[in-house]
Amino acid sequence: MTFLLAVIVGVLYAAGTYLILRRSLVKVIFGLMLLGHAANLMIFTVGRLTKGAPAFVPEGAEALVEPFADPLPQALILTAIVIGFGVQAFTIVLFKRTYQELGTEDLDRMKSTDQLPGEKL
Amino acid sequence: MEEDGNMYSIILATASRYLLLLLLIFSVFLLLRGHNEPGGGFVGGLVAAAAYALYFIANGIQAAKTVVRFDPLRIIAAGLLTAIASTLPSLFTGERFMTAFWIDTGIPFIGKVGTPLLFDLGIYFLVLGITISIIFSLAEEDRS
Amino acid sequence: MNRIIMLPILLPLCTAAVMIFFRRRILLHRMLNAAGTAAMVGVSLVLLSSVHAQGILSLQVGGWEAPFGITFVADMLSSIMVVATAFIGFTTALYSLGTIDEKREHFFYYPLLQILLMGINGAFLTGDIFNLYVWFEVMLISSFVLLVLGGRPQQLEGAIKYVTLNLLSSSIFLAAVGILYGTAGTLNMADLAQKIPLLEHREMLSVVAVLFMITFGIKAAIFPLFFWLPASYHTPPMAVSAIFSGLLTKVGVYAIMRFFTTIFVHEEASFIHQVLLVLSAFTMVVGVLGAVAQYDMRKLLSFHIISQIGYMIFALAIQSPLAIAGGLFYMIHNIVAKTNLFYLSGIIRRLKGSWDLREIGGIYRFYPMLGLLFLVPALGLAGIPPLSGFWAKFLVIKAGLDSEHYLLAGIALCVSMLTLYSMIKIWNEAFWKDDPLGEGGVEDEAYLRIPSTRKAMIVVPIVILGGLTVIFGLWFEPFFGLADRAALELLDAGEYIDAVLGGKS
Repeated sequence: MTFLLAVIVGVLYAAGTYLILRRSLVKVIFGLMLLGHAANLMIFTVGRLTKGAPAFVPEGAEALVEPFADPLPQALILTAIVIGFGVQAFTIVLFKRTYQELGTEDLDRMKSTDQLPGEKL
Repeated sequence: MEEDGNMYSIILATASRYLLLLLLIFSVFLLLRGHNEPGGGFVGGLVAAAAYALYFIANGIQAAKTVVRFDPLRIIAAGLLTAIASTLPSLFTGERFMTAFWIDTGIPFIGKVGTPLLFDLGIYFLVLGITISIIFSLAEEDRS
Repeated sequence: MNRIIMLPILLPLCTAAVMIFFRRRILLHRMLNAAGTAAMVGVSLVLLSSVHAQGILSLQVGGWEAPFGITFVADMLSSIMVVATAFIGFTTALYSLGTIDEKREHFFYYPLLQILLMGINGAFLTGDIFNLYVWFEVMLISSFVLLVLGGRPQQLEGAIKYVTLNLLSSSIFLAAVGILYGTAGTLNMADLAQKIPLLEHREMLSVVAVLFMITFGIKAAIFPLFFWLPASYHTPPMAVSAIFSGLLTKVGVYAIMRFFTTIFVHEEASFIHQVLLVLSAFTMVVGVLGAVAQYDMRKLLSFHIISQIGYMIFALAIQSPLAIAGGLFYMIHNIVAKTNLFYLSGIIRRLKGSWDLREIGGIYRFYPMLGLLFLVPALGLAGIPPLSGFWAKFLVIKAGLDSEHYLLAGIALCVSMLTLYSMIKIWNEAFWKDDPLGEGGVEDEAYLRIPSTRKAMIVVPIVILGGLTVIFGLWFEPFFGLADRAALELLDAGEYIDAVLGGKS
């Protein structure tokens, strides 16, 4: 299972990296989303997988009994997902607005902020 | 009520009035059982927002706005302030920041009441306000 | 009394919430914003003095003991940074009163400013790496919105570059946090400082260190990772550019300082310091060359930020107590002088109606006092004694010579000549030469029509920050004492670990 997840994380990273290198805004936002998912899944994987054993103290016992799933990576991922959701929603709106204002979604044509004044590229 | 949609369905519109109430009660139930069981402010707020979303789909944006009554941004701010207020007892009593305080009311089902419940209530309004304001602004953009 | 650690975070949150509640009362927004930031100055000074008196303070939120709960720690470094944030916040609040248009004010400009300050303070005060990630996001999302507020095409275009690269940096941060947790089993900074030297499986540590370096490198705009900065920082209104340039990159530098002097000091990560040394040289040189080439004031100053970051990275890569103290002093000096220059270029723009240095001139003849106010941060930045920049550069270069990095110290000196050159360029073009458009220029009247109370709001921040630049220069010793203590605390993690894990709360 860990191996499978590791492969998926790798594929997500590869796809995300490929997409953010594209010139189209839509593909860039998809790439950023995939990178976020890859990072979340990676936290899940490196936090060690334990199946079917939530971290609850059993009835009558004083402490947790091994093996139990570490709840911290799950809490981290939950937080990261919520944050990522908000940030990505903002980014999509930003990209949409930019497309409407500039009339292009080609990143290569968005270089007015990098030009020296009066320079034509 | 029909003004902004040709998708108006009398069945859904009638049902949504009762469903709104039911879903809101359910969301409060989720909020209250949240401390030790699945549930809590976040889920509760989402369910409440979903109730209003359903009402909006059935009856249109104007009707939904009259049902919500408050400015969604005010709901957000109120939630934020409630959540902050839940941390104040710990600031003033000299306990460590955000330490929980509990009062045992003895009422069945509700049981102990404390600052975490207040915090959850804040989250409830926060999530409700944010989701409603997103839905409303998207709906209005759609119309224009 | 450790509750005071929370106040620099709670205060802006409360003001922001109240502002959103009364969202149509712009007058209330303005007053609350100024009052809130003024209170933050007070709170941060109290925090600094209690850290000075009692040593490192820590607070376990909710009473969950470290390393299980979230810890907030105020050591010397954090509290100095919080004080700097408060001062910049306060002056920006005043400057905004004079410069921000009503449309932006209605779109939550002031609440966003408060949330931005909350995120920055949170990042400085947290003692937990994941919590640092959360504060970074708080800071980023509010900076995103501040950057695009107003929605001019240029702003949107700049924001695309800024947002994309910062999101990339966040996802790298998240990945690094995950691997670090998998390797060390904890994310509490003090706990990590204690546990990492004893770990058995160390294969991933250098990977984690590099990932963190890239993340914070993007935030701090060091050499190959800085391109988002000159593409975006000149697009929003000047008050926003000023607070960004003063504080946001410095949060990245702070994180590098914290991580690579307290947490990653073991063998597997020591190569990072070599890498940082090389990168710092490139950062200094490329930044200043970019600045020299520019005629747009805002872009010139934006490139300067990068060049100055190079000095700080150079200092902290040397790792001697003197160097770290020098780097910290440099950072504070730079926050003050840089923000001030952005404020000033905003005024120049209002007077002359253009950012382009070739199109303006003759300001000195009509506004000699403005010329003086400009010279203080400009010469301070270039490192002319007795202003603060002289001591900052002196310390960094001396630390470089002491540790036998002669080449780098030489580069730092040359770069500082070029800094002086580019500052003189602004002086010559904007203040000294005759106005190419003839007497008086175009926008003079528009400026004169601004009511004098608003004008005061624009000038007072410049006077405050200029005064600080002079004070840092003339009464150098007490400030250096604070920086020195912060450096010693950073290099010897013992006290930090005791304060967090020793159960004293």
